Amino acid sequence: MKRFSPVFRNLTRKPGRTTALILLTAFLALSLFAGTMVVSSLRRGLGSMENRLGADIIVVPAEAESKSSLKNMLLQGTIGTFYMDASAVDKVRETEGVQKASAQVFLSSMKADCCSVKVQIIGFDPENDFVVKPWIAESLNRPLGDMEIVIGNRVATDVGEIFRIYDQRCLVAARLAATGTGLDTAVYCNMNTMHALLEAAEEKGISHKIDTGNDAEVVSAIYVRTLPGADVGLVNNRLNGKIRKATAVRTTGMLTEVSDSLGGVSRTVAVLIAAVWILALVILFIAFAMMVNERRRELAVYRLVGMSRSMLSGMILKETALCSLAGAVCGVLLGALAVFPFTTLIETSLKLPYLAPGTGTVAAYAALAIAVTVAAGCAASLHTASKLSRVDPGSTLREGA
Amino acid sequence: MELRAENISRRYFRKRGEANFFEAVKPGSLILRSGEMTVLKGRSGSGKTTLLHMLAGLLQPSEGRVLLGDTDLYALEDNQLSRLRNEKIGVIPQGRSAVDTLTVYENIVLPGILYGGMPRTEAAEGWMEALDISSLRDAMPAELSGGELRRMAIARTLTADPAVILADEPTGDLDNENTEIVLNALKQAAKAGKAVLVVSHEDDAEAFADRVLHMENGNLTES
Repeated sequence: MKRFSPVFRNLTRKPGRTTALILLTAFLALSLFAGTMVVSSLRRGLGSMENRLGADIIVVPAEAESKSSLKNMLLQGTIGTFYMDASAVDKVRETEGVQKASAQVFLSSMKADCCSVKVQIIGFDPENDFVVKPWIAESLNRPLGDMEIVIGNRVATDVGEIFRIYDQRCLVAARLAATGTGLDTAVYCNMNTMHALLEAAEEKGISHKIDTGNDAEVVSAIYVRTLPGADVGLVNNRLNGKIRKATAVRTTGMLTEVSDSLGGVSRTVAVLIAAVWILALVILFIAFAMMVNERRRELAVYRLVGMSRSMLSGMILKETALCSLAGAVCGVLLGALAVFPFTTLIETSLKLPYLAPGTGTVAAYAALAIAVTVAAGCAASLHTASKLSRVDPGSTLREGA
Repeated sequence: MELRAENISRRYFRKRGEANFFEAVKPGSLILRSGEMTVLKGRSGSGKTTLLHMLAGLLQPSEGRVLLGDTDLYALEDNQLSRLRNEKIGVIPQGRSAVDTLTVYENIVLPGILYGGMPRTEAAEGWMEALDISSLRDAMPAELSGGELRRMAIARTLTADPAVILADEPTGDLDNENTEIVLNALKQAAKAGKAVLVVSHEDDAEAFADRVLHMENGNLTES
């Protein structure tokens, strides 16, 4: 007969005890992994939003605040169509402290036969743009042609396909990397394409005209980069004073607001993780303490037949480590099942930018959650292992003899 | 190999820090020679089990020392003493002494595998046959009667093939037939060169003894 491992025998022949330990440690790993993933995704989403905004100030029509705020559009993909006179762009450029200004025009497609899907369409000026171009350059290594579009990461079509907007056929030239914001559900085109789409929309009865302008003279937002060293607040005030029927919004304010919300969510998640851990560790400690009495006699036999104290402690720790490892792996898998399929739901519920980390980072978090859980399980059993190893085998075996 | 106890005693304090104690085993000496079966008789509470635990390296004497050959058991570190007990000293304790998660066979070969050795299957099967527990090979301890558990513990010690066997009331749970089987097995081990000590308050063991010792109120005497 082959050798056998008392550790495996103890684990497999006490399935109730083993399952309870695995479940407890799975609970620890699940809370740690899922919590870390949510917080990390929120932080990454904020970072991505900061990078994508690329501007210090955004000037939008005054009505934008009431119709559909820019923040909602950026975070949740809420479609916003608001317009102002394009002459505002030159006024912005002429303002003291402004280094660059780039206009964008927003349009929304319809949920009707004329359009593939209902999306936000963002037209940008390739000559002056400093916001969208660097981002598009990551996916497309040539200028975006007329009647070509670049789609956000979550738009349901493929590169090379034709995307219909108000019966205009646009070629999908590239797909952008995910940002975890509402921009993932938008499509981008140059101004020529946008003018064609605006005209087509007009024919379908979607008006974008303002009081006196024509199609070529409207913009939805002006992205502003201030001169290095300029007081952004002061430039913002100047723009608010200079541009009529428009509002200049500092992006840092918007980001700070998002960052504050994120801080609140992070704290809540951290408190929940801490509560779960304290509860589970107390239960683990009690479970191990109960095990002391249950296993005294069995462990006295091991001592009697020549197992040293250190071997006995090692055996208990090995049992705990194996249970904790099994539990931690199950917990991480359950955590992944709880977090990954519901990314959109979490993003919508929290109303914050949410961008899941890459595979390498997820693997690192999983490994970390497993390591911390196994260490916590072993730490909880250390006292028990030490206490059991000091059991006096002689007197223990005499008890109830 | 002989096991020698030199002037060992064991005191228990009734109250910590005070001189109010009782002596479970009074100072005494003892030699267990190889090839000899010694029976230690005495009433319950006379100190027999305490003496056996001191001889087994399980309970440090208050005074004196215990030598296996030239090795002072209580001068060893725990890991050295544990290894020595695993290889040289077999203890058959009172009461249940089974690992509940191992089968009867696994319990019997357990001492042999603790330090990386292979199970002594042949010896185990031989002793199971001799002690009439072969049919229980794959049973779990929870399924066994007290007598069967006792015979399993005896088979475990004999399979380990130690130089010294210390048996505490090995026939306590057994009927006459099994008492004779067990005492014969221990006698056979003594004849094979082991030093055997059987602690018993019954008279059955005396017939198998080469030497009989008595314990009364912690005092050890030879008859």
